Amino acid sequence: MNHAQRAALTARLFSLADDEFLLGHRDSEWTGHAPLLEEDIAFSNIAQDEMGHALMWYTILHEHFDQPTPDRLAFWRAPDQFRNAQLVELPRGDWAFTIVRQYLFDAYEQARNEWLQRCGYAPIEDAARKLAREEVYHLAHSRGWVLRLGDATAESHGRMQAALDLAWPHAPGLFEPPAGDEAFAAVLPEIQAAWRAAVEPVLTQATLTIPAAAQIGGGRLGAHTPHLTDLLADLQKVARLEAPEAVW
Amino acid sequence: MVSDAVITIDRVWQVLDTISDPEIPVVSLVEMGIARAVQLDGDRVIVTITPTFAGCPAMHHMREQIVEQLRSIGLEQIEIRTSLNPPWTSEWLSDEVRSKLRQFGLAPPPRHNGQLEIALLEVVACPHCGSKDTRLDSAFGPTLCQSLHYCHACRQSFQRFKPL
Repeated sequence: MNHAQRAALTARLFSLADDEFLLGHRDSEWTGHAPLLEEDIAFSNIAQDEMGHALMWYTILHEHFDQPTPDRLAFWRAPDQFRNAQLVELPRGDWAFTIVRQYLFDAYEQARNEWLQRCGYAPIEDAARKLAREEVYHLAHSRGWVLRLGDATAESHGRMQAALDLAWPHAPGLFEPPAGDEAFAAVLPEIQAAWRAAVEPVLTQATLTIPAAAQIGGGRLGAHTPHLTDLLADLQKVARLEAPEAVW
Repeated sequence: MVSDAVITIDRVWQVLDTISDPEIPVVSLVEMGIARAVQLDGDRVIVTITPTFAGCPAMHHMREQIVEQLRSIGLEQIEIRTSLNPPWTSEWLSDEVRSKLRQFGLAPPPRHNGQLEIALLEVVACPHCGSKDTRLDSAFGPTLCQSLHYCHACRQSFQRFKPL
């Protein structure tokens, strides 16, 4: 593997890991606060799953790409070193926004995973295969709630539409290629088309109006909203009370 | 000196089979398919494990248990590797293990042949009374690997090991 290929895979792995890590953190913000006990449990589980997936990607970076340990990568990087799409750093919002964001992300993961499982780099293929079956549960869950809440009551419909209006313009950021990753960049338009073909009928069935797409991006290259700074200040606070070498 | 006896691969597997799954104490790491491979070279041993769910918080505990138990038979150089290939699947659980789960009060996962979406919708028999008059309350439960169900016949809630 030459230097450019290593750099491309490193950028790809950071984009995969940081998405999962930050969405997992946002999901965990419902622990103890979700509107139903079952959903409190569900989102605590989903948060833990996403953290587990982030750990797989960070572990590959550590073991194969000379990056620091997963804990160091999670707790000791600054906002401009993160390569997540901006969609996942947005605040938790209300329950409707949480469901809409999770659904858009779960559908993206499914479309993306099909390619990652045959992307030609074995550690990524193995990890993608590992998380594919777990993601079946996430997608069934978030899709089910989109359909139920979209046309349930005037309030639920209104909140879901507002959530979609907020989340949708950020969705193209998921498909922004990591720096220098030509192989991924070549297939992302196809992945985005598969994603649209999957989500649009579901949103329509949920009686939601699909907003005009906007190209809000830059997350994969390190451009972020102030929400990421706030999120990391909270998430990294405890780890940074101790020296980086501290063992937890 | 701990022991003069030569430690064999079979002996290592026997030890691994005494370590129970921290969340389901009636089955061992070997029965669960978490312990995947053993390589032995003199007093150096490499044990390969694989997580059921990637985010399983019990992995640290299992690693510690393996090291502790293998030390107790005299092995000193113990390396634990984690492999994701092949990814863990509930299809690996034998009929005997499924029966142990049921006796423990945990409905076993259905065999799914890769058709996970369909398996999620299958009727689940209550592990307490055997009735199929049950409902799924939530696909997410007290641990990553369990879902929540309710039996209308014996009016008890129960959990199921999720098909994966």
